[in-house]
Amino acid sequence: MNDFIKGLWMEHPIFRQLLGMCPTLAVTTSAINGLSMGLAVIFVLFFSSLVVSLIKKIVPPQVRIAVYTVIIATFVTIVDIFFKAQFPEISRALGPYVPLIIVNCIILGRCEAFASKHTVFISIIDALGMGIGFTWGLLVLGSIREFFGAGTVFGMHLLSKSYNPLIVMILPAGAFLVLGFLVAFMNRIEKWRTSS
Amino acid sequence: MENILLIFISTVLINNIVLSYFLGICPFLGVSGKLESAFGMGMAVTFVMTLATSISWLIYHLVLAKWNLTFLQYVVFILVIASLVQVVEMFIRKFSPPLYQSLGIYLPLITTNCAILGTALFMVTREYGFLESVVFGFSGGIGFALVLLVMAGIREELNYADVPVIFKGASITLIIAGLLALVFMGFSGLISS
Repeated sequence: MNDFIKGLWMEHPIFRQLLGMCPTLAVTTSAINGLSMGLAVIFVLFFSSLVVSLIKKIVPPQVRIAVYTVIIATFVTIVDIFFKAQFPEISRALGPYVPLIIVNCIILGRCEAFASKHTVFISIIDALGMGIGFTWGLLVLGSIREFFGAGTVFGMHLLSKSYNPLIVMILPAGAFLVLGFLVAFMNRIEKWRTSS
Repeated sequence: MENILLIFISTVLINNIVLSYFLGICPFLGVSGKLESAFGMGMAVTFVMTLATSISWLIYHLVLAKWNLTFLQYVVFILVIASLVQVVEMFIRKFSPPLYQSLGIYLPLITTNCAILGTALFMVTREYGFLESVVFGFSGGIGFALVLLVMAGIREELNYADVPVIFKGASITLIIAGLLALVFMGFSGLISS
């Protein structure tokens, strides 16, 4: 149970460990993009952790990183082809950031640091926790940027039509600024939580 | 020739891989603490990126596209990059120990640097020719090194600044990166299309 919870808050991949920054910043121009990227990462993380923990005894340690990378790349190819066939619009919006899941440090990090040392069941629980933690991080970041940058969340208008959108929020600079303030905000909560 | 120059300027300044495509953020945040290590990392990335883009181009166009195997491109590209990093590491260690001393520790980190895979993928989607790809890979690396050096310069000064406690570390670095991205947006009018 603890292995599941830690990915959601204590060892949150985005706000605490600062892993997987490229997709975090690049695809969160809207809430829906953030959510689909999160789901893709959950899928890849789940199956890569499963396979890595299954074969951990038969992989020679010298070539383990190469083996893990190929496993991850295989599942990423599956996700990419699935998105292209079923959700062509999302696939276009996410662009090269779907294949870039391969080099997302969260996945290789969890495979190397956790799945290769633990049993299958605990590994997939850890993968699910980290994946869901990553997804809610993306969802929050995507919602904030979409809200300020377009006045909508998930395409629904929350502000009056006369709202003059802050375009900078959906531009690259906005991604860095929002994430910077979010990390500071999480630090604030964590400090307040540990002191009380 | 004009085309090559355009690719170089637009990749280094206008569409900088770090500040507008968010590639290579992990080393950007991790290695930008000191100017010296930022320089080493920047040079290592430029070197590997130029080689990786050229070799990926050759493999993609001479092997994968020919045999209709383009769905394998992700697996193949990542293997090319991983083995290239290994080869470069062995080569440098053998022939230039001083260079190995300064670049060595950064090389293994490059395999998981998304900027390398990213430029290889952009090269395919933008349908560049061979020479264009080489220039694109090289200028991608230069752009990365430039931003990394600017960032390291700012962060060295930041050591003397009084940053609020909750903003210390990653948070203030990200905010500075945001401001840098705003500055680089100023370059967007440089080339009129």
